[in-house]
Amino acid sequence: MARKSTTQRVVVSTIGAWFFGFLIFFPILWMVLASFKTELEAFAIPPSFLFFHWTTENYATVQERSDYLLHAMNSIIIAGGSTLIALLIAIPAAWSMAFSPTKRTKDILLWMLSTKMMPPVGVLVPIYLIYKSFGLLDSRIGLVFILCLGNLPIVIWMLFTYFKEIPRDILEAARMDGATIGRELVYVLTPMAIPGLASTMLLNLILAWNEAFWTLNLSTSNAAPLTTFIASYSSPEGLFWAKLSAASTLAIAPILVLGWFSQKQLVRGLTFGAVK
Amino acid sequence: MGQITLQGVQKSFGPVHIIKGADLEIADGSFVVFVGPSGCGKTTLLRLIAGLEDVTGGSILIDGKNVVDTPPAKRGLSMVFQSYALYPHMSVRGNIGFGLKMAGLSKDETNRKVEAAAATLNLTPYLDRKPRELSGGQRQRVAIGRAIVREPKAFLFDEPLSNLDAALRVQMRIEVTRLQKQLGTTAIYVTHDQVEAMTMADKIVVLNGGKIEQYGSPLELYERPANLFVAGFIGSPKMNFVTGENAAQKGAATIGVRPEHIKIERDGAGGWPGTIAVAEHLGSDTFLYVDAGPLGMLTARYIGELSLHAGDRVSLVPDPARIHRFDASGNALRN
Repeated sequence: MARKSTTQRVVVSTIGAWFFGFLIFFPILWMVLASFKTELEAFAIPPSFLFFHWTTENYATVQERSDYLLHAMNSIIIAGGSTLIALLIAIPAAWSMAFSPTKRTKDILLWMLSTKMMPPVGVLVPIYLIYKSFGLLDSRIGLVFILCLGNLPIVIWMLFTYFKEIPRDILEAARMDGATIGRELVYVLTPMAIPGLASTMLLNLILAWNEAFWTLNLSTSNAAPLTTFIASYSSPEGLFWAKLSAASTLAIAPILVLGWFSQKQLVRGLTFGAVK
Repeated sequence: MGQITLQGVQKSFGPVHIIKGADLEIADGSFVVFVGPSGCGKTTLLRLIAGLEDVTGGSILIDGKNVVDTPPAKRGLSMVFQSYALYPHMSVRGNIGFGLKMAGLSKDETNRKVEAAAATLNLTPYLDRKPRELSGGQRQRVAIGRAIVREPKAFLFDEPLSNLDAALRVQMRIEVTRLQKQLGTTAIYVTHDQVEAMTMADKIVVLNGGKIEQYGSPLELYERPANLFVAGFIGSPKMNFVTGENAAQKGAATIGVRPEHIKIERDGAGGWPGTIAVAEHLGSDTFLYVDAGPLGMLTARYIGELSLHAGDRVSLVPDPARIHRFDASGNALRN
């Protein structure tokens, strides 16, 4: 029997959905609100929700104290660069594993994933020392490199699952039609894989944008992306809640906008293959 | 020209022998059907000819030239896949013209040929649609269009009609046969459906367990099956086999009689007596499944309506001129 959808049920589930949605969204809302408060109001108890003295001075201070644009540019370069390089390596890797698998393909995939099972802090010291010797500390190229390596397993896995879904027959039809491997990639495989490529790219951008462990540990000022910029507001002289919130709001704004416009792709990407 | 010759073609996947040495001569312009139960190697044999798989041994000659080391596109063959395998992101025009584009033809030339192919297949109104906007039958025609536009030496069909519903399948069967005759191009067609094989083929290759059991015209296979396997596989309902004393009287280990070559007599004394287990009345035919005691279940066919029902006693009299005899190893005995 199909479940009845009575008015009562609809009302209850709608209220429930909004409640949980609000619950999840609340920390972000609170952060945005705090960024418009004075430092005093920001940690006042009891906290004021909407009725406080609205001010934009935190944003002005943040911009004055540190160069937002420099850090934003660093974030764009590091997230974009690592995503681009990861895709360039992952497309041929996933392609060959999906379309000409060998006995060891499964093992290789598992091995790649296993690199994500180790906590990054376990290799912090060796990586730090290597970076120091090669002069890569606080450099954009160093961060691009480490984030690219960190996300590569996930990118390859995602692309592999997408490519696997492309019917073999279609590629064979292209071979019968006289397409070389290069032309097969350009005219048949890539156009068919574009939705998968797009969502993989988006996910990787977001992961790289929000990555804090390596960026905090390997950069200080010149190459520091927005994550380091936020962290600089939790200083030994004391916590500056309002300024920290303003900095965080500025840091997540670009990726939030990107995520908002690509919701559809992301949901498809993350639930891909779940339902046939 | 499209003469295809197989000489001792073998294929193994690791230790598993899929094709155990196939020899075949396919004349230019003929329509040859590979038929057999699933797993008999018919699709593998087709893919070997196409070049989508590499042979383990033997040679494949197209117009006298050995092509085992030639890539698929250079063999001058075109293939229609079971799943149609259309390019989902291209229009019908793009799909049909893709091979010509890859061959480096000019845009005008490609368009001219694509439109001619589309006209042959009644696809002209759909040229700018995407495959997902077409019905199953239309997709199938696009797949055929993609095959004919390249004017190949031979068409290879891999169970192309098995995804269509019964009515459409009959219609497409006639269309494919007519198109092949009209173009005069050699065709190799793989199916597990013996009705398709019998109706479409000039010659049938019956495969079983990676071996060619018999190669001949549909009626040759029906009238003179080479062995028990072919005798049982070709014809519907399948041939009745009788062993023991009845066979020994005819000097054979096994004798076979087709259901349509059995006379049904009510309460007759001669022939093979039995009780009807199931009677199927189709109007045009009546099929009787008769429990003939020690002989097992026998099938008899009567053209027209015969008012007999389950439980009735009958006697089955085989037409003596239409009895097939087989030796102990299953090979046909000729008189």
